Amino acid sequence: MLSGVVVVSGKDSVQHQGVSLTVEGTVNLQLSAKSVGVFEAFYNSVKPIQIINSTIEMVKPGKFPSGRTEIPFEFPLHVKGNRVLYETYHGVFVNIQYTLRCDMRRSLLAKDLTKTCEFIVHSAPQKRKLTPSPVAFTVTPETLQNVKERALLPKFLIRGHLNSTNCVITQPLTGELVVESSEAAIKSIELQLVRVETCGCAEGYARDATEIQNIQIADGDVCRGLSVPIYMVFPRLFTCPTLETTNFKVEFEVNIVVLLHPEHLITENFPLKLCRV
Amino acid sequence: MFAASADPAALAATTENSRKKRDRDDNSIVGSDFEPWASKRGEILARYTTTEKLSINLFMGSEKGKAGTAISAMSEKVRTRLEELDDFEEGSQKELLNLTQQDYVNRIEELNQSLKDAWASDQKVKALKIVIQCSKLLSDTSVIQFYPSKFVLITDILDTFGKLVYERIFSMCVDNHSILPVPSAAERKRAYLYKLEQAHSTFIPPPSASSSGTSLEDEEMAYHFSPENVNDTAKETCLNWFFKIASIRELIPRFYVEASILKCNKFLSKTGISECLPRLTCMVRGIGDPLVSVYARAYLCRVGMEVAPHLKESLDKNFFDFLLTFKQIHGDTVQNQLVLQGVELPSYLPLYSPAMDWIFQCISYHAPEALLTEMMERCKKLANNALLLNSVMSAFRAEFIATRSMDFIGMIKECDESGFPKHLLFRSLGLNLALANPPESDRLQILNEAWKVITKLKNPQDYINCAEVWVEYTCKHFTKREVNTVLADVIKHMTPDRAFEDSYPQLQSIIKKVIAHFHDFSVLFSVEKFLPFLDMFQKESVRVEVCKCIMEVFIKHQQEPTKDPVILNALLHICKTMHDSVNALTLEDEKRMLAYLINGFIKMVSFGRDFEQQLSFYVEARSMFCNLEPVLVQLIHSVNRLAMETRKVMKGNHSRKTAAFVRACVAYCFITIPSLVGIFTRLNLYLHSGQVALANQCLSQADAFFKAAISLVPEVPKMINIDGKMRPSESFLLEFLCNFFSTLLIVPDHPEHGVLFLVRELLNVIQDYTWEDNSDEKIRIYTCVLHLLSAMSQETYLYHVDKVDSNDSLYGGDSKFLAENNKLCETVMAQILEHLKTLAKDEALKRQSSLGLSFFNSILAHGDLRSNRLNQLSVNLWHLAQRHGCADTRTMVKTLEYIKKRSKHPDMGHLTELALRLPLQTRT
Repeated sequence: MLSGVVVVSGKDSVQHQGVSLTVEGTVNLQLSAKSVGVFEAFYNSVKPIQIINSTIEMVKPGKFPSGRTEIPFEFPLHVKGNRVLYETYHGVFVNIQYTLRCDMRRSLLAKDLTKTCEFIVHSAPQKRKLTPSPVAFTVTPETLQNVKERALLPKFLIRGHLNSTNCVITQPLTGELVVESSEAAIKSIELQLVRVETCGCAEGYARDATEIQNIQIADGDVCRGLSVPIYMVFPRLFTCPTLETTNFKVEFEVNIVVLLHPEHLITENFPLKLCRV
Repeated sequence: MFAASADPAALAATTENSRKKRDRDDNSIVGSDFEPWASKRGEILARYTTTEKLSINLFMGSEKGKAGTAISAMSEKVRTRLEELDDFEEGSQKELLNLTQQDYVNRIEELNQSLKDAWASDQKVKALKIVIQCSKLLSDTSVIQFYPSKFVLITDILDTFGKLVYERIFSMCVDNHSILPVPSAAERKRAYLYKLEQAHSTFIPPPSASSSGTSLEDEEMAYHFSPENVNDTAKETCLNWFFKIASIRELIPRFYVEASILKCNKFLSKTGISECLPRLTCMVRGIGDPLVSVYARAYLCRVGMEVAPHLKESLDKNFFDFLLTFKQIHGDTVQNQLVLQGVELPSYLPLYSPAMDWIFQCISYHAPEALLTEMMERCKKLANNALLLNSVMSAFRAEFIATRSMDFIGMIKECDESGFPKHLLFRSLGLNLALANPPESDRLQILNEAWKVITKLKNPQDYINCAEVWVEYTCKHFTKREVNTVLADVIKHMTPDRAFEDSYPQLQSIIKKVIAHFHDFSVLFSVEKFLPFLDMFQKESVRVEVCKCIMEVFIKHQQEPTKDPVILNALLHICKTMHDSVNALTLEDEKRMLAYLINGFIKMVSFGRDFEQQLSFYVEARSMFCNLEPVLVQLIHSVNRLAMETRKVMKGNHSRKTAAFVRACVAYCFITIPSLVGIFTRLNLYLHSGQVALANQCLSQADAFFKAAISLVPEVPKMINIDGKMRPSESFLLEFLCNFFSTLLIVPDHPEHGVLFLVRELLNVIQDYTWEDNSDEKIRIYTCVLHLLSAMSQETYLYHVDKVDSNDSLYGGDSKFLAENNKLCETVMAQILEHLKTLAKDEALKRQSSLGLSFFNSILAHGDLRSNRLNQLSVNLWHLAQRHGCADTRTMVKTLEYIKKRSKHPDMGHLTELALRLPLQTRT
């Protein structure tokens, strides 16, 4: 249920042919140039999916008195068919947006008046209790993949854990990390929050990862054997609960990035599952 | 108790308990016995300085490059958002190199100002950017000697920021709370939507509820309000700040900025601060550089103490975390950095002190003994713990340290030579012992142990800094013997290569401490090395300062006059030093001060009944202090006093010997007075000394004084300088002359000179003196002369000097004398009438009237009105006074009434007749 007031104000009285409200909700998908090529990306944007589109008549044709008139309204949000009311989400390749439009039709001589505003949909918290899923990790030169010359790597041992990879979106991601030993001096340790958007359709799918946020948790050569906290607040507007539908997916991952002197970059990846409780 | 509580619920519960407890005993606000940060600030800025060039790098935009490499495909939106955060002037990158320390300080001050400006002009984003950029500077440890000062400067900015944010959110609460009713659900929803919409575009804090400036003095209210009655707008704004800060990429700025607005957690939830502090404490662990990290902890403790002093656990945790990272100081990373910057370990380690002192101070504030003991034990366990030891000594209660002095000395001795400088450790210990007393039995041993080390210090600066502190302890608990030893040792160390030249402030402070404890100057000067110690002050200005201090203490504490030769010799020497510093450029104030001190000394010298000794002391003093006029004046007074004392002892009958002595005193004055400059000083002293001479039956000497005074009168200038302003001198002259006349009454005439020789002489001088035009002073003086002459013509004078025959007994009312007297009177009166005539002009009529009346009164009081001439004169004067309607009727009426009343007395019948001849003018 969407509720509010429409405010009409004018110096003189206003003649009109009726006022109506329209709620519209769409999912816009776009294929990234990287995964399908420039032209296809340009032409082949996937058709937007409409989630909701309904209109109600608020005021019959007539006249508003001069000054300020407030018209309260309540608008039920009924989805089309068997579609789901997704949370508002603004990504790069996936956009879920809801708008409320107010139209005032007027006589032939005057232009119709339109006002649009976006409103935010947060899905109702899920009832089920979140089961924590802690993950422990150990990083040494031996555990790394993608290494050309393992022998050249300085020796190190980094241990740690994430308290849970199932995260409540309003709660921070927490954990601990200990540099047990490292031959090379540490430059920085960072948490990189990455969003993975997948647009899929019959022809195949495109998967794109974008960094949302990068948080440094250690700066300089940290003390060995002393745990450094892992702590990251999920940015409000760039995250949403993990979303998986037939046509598209929005998922999140966190990378723990360790930079060693000189020029060594070690990354450890953890997929996350975000939800709203 | 000190283990980090991993379970937030448990933590919340404990803090909840402590909160309740605190509500009861209300110890949540730090008391005045907690030394505030503000008092440390200046000291740190003054101590940690550098001559090397500094640079400020406000990293704008360089962030983009870094981000670009690490990120595969960053959305445009994200990128712009990051850029906005990092730049505060679009796309600008400022790197200011080669700044001197002063430039640097100025730049930081400018940033502080631009922060305030940005805030005032509602550019909140820019304000945040400035703060972020500034706190980034704290991760830069180049020119490491300056780091503590940099910390001070930058945290000032952070404090400003924290205050601004808090006040704004607070004002939103107050305003909406009092003005608006509780918003409806719909309204709230709308406000929220609005906010989200805003947030989509960029970070704009909601429109300000008030243009700030709401008075926030009401701390009491701020303290008592609970998060439940904070309105949604305020909460939302507050959350917005925290989200914004949580997304700052770099650790150090994120830490500092979040810590700076720690207090704002109050708006969100009751347990906000108590959850946030431990988290921030843990966050510091991520800072690799131990120096940067310890300062971050210091800042956290500082904010914590301010906002929630009851949350001791975080303070303790900071301390123990620090101990865990302590070993890093000796790690390779730090060592390499030191080599690179060319900084030695003994000068690197003291850089930690301000931060550690602060942390320790926060923890030890009102802390139980057990905690302090535990902290000490933990410090002991670490290798090379001198640094910790020093902070323990600087921060813990002095009593705590003092009772364990021997332990501390033991620990200090065990410390590694190459690390933290030992003299600093002993200095810290000494500071504690100056404040609190160690156990009686340990006292001597402490001194011996400490001094054994101190005396071995090679660098005179290190030595004197240490010795200065320990002198206090020595003076407090020991006798002059030990003090003497200490002073001797200081002399021994400071004399080679004239090392004392660089340490005057410390040496001065040693002297001050010694004289503060030895009020008995005979004991003080019997400390053999005291005077040799003074000889080290070879720069004149310092020397004089020290002398002044000593004299001040002497004047303050010396109760009894003294003749102790040791004191006299020493103090004469000291006073001579002060006196000899006077030159043409010395300021008046300075001279006055010195004279005051020397006079204080002179007044305290007494040889009892040995008057001759006393006089010879004055003679000596005169030769020593001839440049300070007030001292000479004091000496003359003292000698006069001595003469009068002699007279008192002899009960007025001088023997031959005492008469000679008294004459010597008189002679002293007579030859001293001419060397003075102040003309009235001289006049008054002549008069005064003449009176003393007269009282001691030295008639010719008295005559000489009076003659000298008379011959000085023509020299009186018209204007004299009083307290820096030029004033006419006539009123002073009048005052002096009146005084003089009263003395002249009793001065007997000299047998070889004519009758009333002195009076005539003085009249001549007055006649010749160039008086101010339009002034009646001369006439007033003549009127006074008339009084004198009238008094002289009486058979017996009103007063006498014991054992001196005045003119009344010399002439015994001789008619020739009276005739002389009358002649003089007539001359004077003629002068007066002459003057009255000249006042017949329009503008002078008023003066004529009042002078006439005053002359009339004089005649009435002193004249014999049975004489017809005088009677007629008075009637004329009466008319004159009234002639032009200038007279005050009421005065005239009163005068007439008085005459009528007098006429009732026996022998005054003639006044009745006079009264009839004095008409009162009616008003027309």
